[in-house]
Amino acid sequence: MKRLVAKHPLAIRWFHWLNFPVLALMIWSGLWIYWANDVYRLGWGHTTLLKFFPQSFYQAFHMDHKLAQGMAWHFVLMWVFALNGLAYVTYTLVSGEWRELVPNRRSLASAWQTVLHDLGIRKEPLPAQKFNGAQQIAYTAVVLMGAGSLLTGLAIYKPTQLAWLTTLLGGYEWARLEHFALTIGYVLFFVVHIAQVVRAGWNNFRAMVAGFEVVDVPDPAPAPTPPASSPTLPA
Amino acid sequence: MTDQPQPGRLLTDAEAQQEAARRSRRSFITLGLAGLAGLGGWGWLVTRPAEQGVPQPLRRVLEANGQLAGEYLSNAQLAPVFPKSRARMPRVNGHVGLKDDLDLTAWRLRVQGYAPGGAARNQEFTLADIQALPRVEMTTELRCIEGWSTVVTWAGARLSDLLARYPLATDPRPAPGTGQPADQARYASLATPDGKYYVGLDLASALHPQTLLCYEMNGQPLTPDHGAPLRLVTPLKYGIKQLKRIGTLAFTDQRPPDYWAERGYDWHSSL
Repeated sequence: MKRLVAKHPLAIRWFHWLNFPVLALMIWSGLWIYWANDVYRLGWGHTTLLKFFPQSFYQAFHMDHKLAQGMAWHFVLMWVFALNGLAYVTYTLVSGEWRELVPNRRSLASAWQTVLHDLGIRKEPLPAQKFNGAQQIAYTAVVLMGAGSLLTGLAIYKPTQLAWLTTLLGGYEWARLEHFALTIGYVLFFVVHIAQVVRAGWNNFRAMVAGFEVVDVPDPAPAPTPPASSPTLPA
Repeated sequence: MTDQPQPGRLLTDAEAQQEAARRSRRSFITLGLAGLAGLGGWGWLVTRPAEQGVPQPLRRVLEANGQLAGEYLSNAQLAPVFPKSRARMPRVNGHVGLKDDLDLTAWRLRVQGYAPGGAARNQEFTLADIQALPRVEMTTELRCIEGWSTVVTWAGARLSDLLARYPLATDPRPAPGTGQPADQARYASLATPDGKYYVGLDLASALHPQTLLCYEMNGQPLTPDHGAPLRLVTPLKYGIKQLKRIGTLAFTDQRPPDYWAERGYDWHSSL
């Protein structure tokens, strides 16, 4: 027997799917801006492991000489990104969804189990819950990163008018580096997120579009079972 | 929400499959339509006629952002200042308007006073006239729109001090209702002597106490590359607004043309 169980509320799904293209375009227009002063690299002394970014990267995506357009798009879409993020956070707070998302004292242990499980070291199935510890940590972190992008962005957008913020973040150049590092963070998040979504399968992915999951239920025993109050929780 | 399942309802595999398919179809179609609407909106946006190098709707938002920042800006708000020891020589970026040879002895700052409807009021200043105004020194961060920044020690005269001594941004006719302050220009327009580089400033930015007619950089007279004999310096704006080698300064009610705003950048370029 099966049940269709509600997973993601409609509002969360809209916030999620609106954020995806908007954040992608923020990163894209951000690259057009960054190109004009592409100073960051990974390395030490004269050794460079990775330059952000090699010339071939800009050329492959035609990202060069687009500073003005990049700024125009960035300072228009920033409103959508900020308002959507704010609406999402407000919704999770008001609806109580935050209880599932914010890490608690069990999250770290649960996240460790998830990592062991995903690496194939731990064979037992993971306990069923809406978000495991790894997800709680990752999803809360990425929301905080969004807030960080907003603040570091404002600090480099208005370093005179919001001088207190720029100073708080270590000055103009640090704020710019922080803004850039957060962007790299999104890209890394995206890679892991997509890999995990692929791994988790269709039922999980469909829940972010249609809102429900199909859950297996053992065939009813002869004795009548009391109706489960919360079918997502393990018995 | 209509999506809410009945939590207690058990379904056979076939029922579950049918119900899941029905709801998935509806949701995926909705998401697909939303995606298409988004693409349509994108297509519409990028095909709008360009206004100074940027699609019109984007230009409108940039203007609204500029207005919003202008509302927030106050002349009491100062850009951070730094210890003089942090000052460095900034990079030289761009030579538009600086390519002709300049005879420094013949150079004059030509000011076109604000004259709404009245006769033109022109006045010329030598560098000595500007240097006779109170000398102001400040160490602020020069920020290029490209993304780099350098702390520099500037010295010069406040534009507001020039205008306090020579009220060239104010309507010379007596204000009609007595006791009313005289009408002020809304904008300042600056250009190089050859007219090839030009910027516009709102008057509030022009009157800000950190907006200087600058003649010294890091303790030395300005070099030709950095805008000798006189350049604009203001930490309220990106470097693209801080015109080197000022030739003319005019006060108007029409928003002045701006070299980089015509090439797709924000007219305000405020920091």
